Amino acid sequence: MTQVFEEGGVVVPVTVLEVGPCRVLQIRSKERDGYEAVQLGFRDKPRRLASRSQRGHVAKLDSKRSRTRAAAGVAAVAKADCEPQRLLREFRVSPEGFEVGQTLKVDSLAEIKAVDITGTSKGRGTAGVMKRHNFKGQRATHGVKKVHRHGGSQGQNTYPARVFKGKKMAGRMGNARSTMRNLQVVRIDADNNLLLVRGAVPGPNGGYVMIRPTNKK
Amino acid sequence: MSQQTLALVEKGDLKSDIAEFSIGDTVDVHTRILEGEKERIQIFSGVVIARAGSGSRETFTVRRIVQGEGVERKFPLHSPRIAKIEVKRSGVVRRAKLYFLRDRVGKAVRLKERRADRKAGAKE
Repeated sequence: MTQVFEEGGVVVPVTVLEVGPCRVLQIRSKERDGYEAVQLGFRDKPRRLASRSQRGHVAKLDSKRSRTRAAAGVAAVAKADCEPQRLLREFRVSPEGFEVGQTLKVDSLAEIKAVDITGTSKGRGTAGVMKRHNFKGQRATHGVKKVHRHGGSQGQNTYPARVFKGKKMAGRMGNARSTMRNLQVVRIDADNNLLLVRGAVPGPNGGYVMIRPTNKK
Repeated sequence: MSQQTLALVEKGDLKSDIAEFSIGDTVDVHTRILEGEKERIQIFSGVVIARAGSGSRETFTVRRIVQGEGVERKFPLHSPRIAKIEVKRSGVVRRAKLYFLRDRVGKAVRLKERRADRKAGAKE
């Protein structure tokens, strides 16, 4: 994150996101896949590190099967014809206006005022209830002994004689899918493919996130 | 990579016409104040006791005594609201943060002046 000055000298905290160029690798359709989506790839991956199936996903590879299928008159699936991609994500949107092989850049977000950003939050490991669920903990004094960061009671007594499901306790925190909604677009830098949004996004520096126009009113 | 990207973003906000000043200098900070429609300049003068941050996030802290009460203001160095920084006097200091001035009152607040000619003499 950094900050930029808006007109009048107001400081705005921003996260800088590198947006694309993303290749459209595949289009999911109702008839073929049962749902509609657009699959995007980001960041080229060296061919030597990509498996044959990864290479075949983005470009046409010659194989015995493809030859026999072509001979039988089966139409080949459209390929993006690019380098293998490091990251693949599907967006559940109507495929209208998209075609395989198309390149999406940050300027496709030019009209958009606010975005939703989905990523994987930073892992916190085993965390107590104060950090994980914002419990208040207990007092520092007045007879509290060694339980200053504990959550208090787990429940009732003989009835129900059990702890209810979903009781908030200590445990693994973070490293989970998380979405920040309605982040305001501060600036778009089309030359460098950068998007500046107000505020923080999930994940570490250099992490990967999905950007969507916001659906929040 | 991500640091380079950040630097790229910050480059656009950097001001190139910032007067050179250092810790211990007595400066006049000319700030633009918007009063309704009209804009006017307000001057805050005092001793620079700290500089912090880097790039477009750099800030500096100015301390002065107003009616016997210490007042500190922290300015973003590259803020467009800062019209001008004028160095009035340079002080001899040996550290980067002059927080010790907060504990001093009266005459003890003064810093010894650094003179250009003496500095040049010391180098020889």
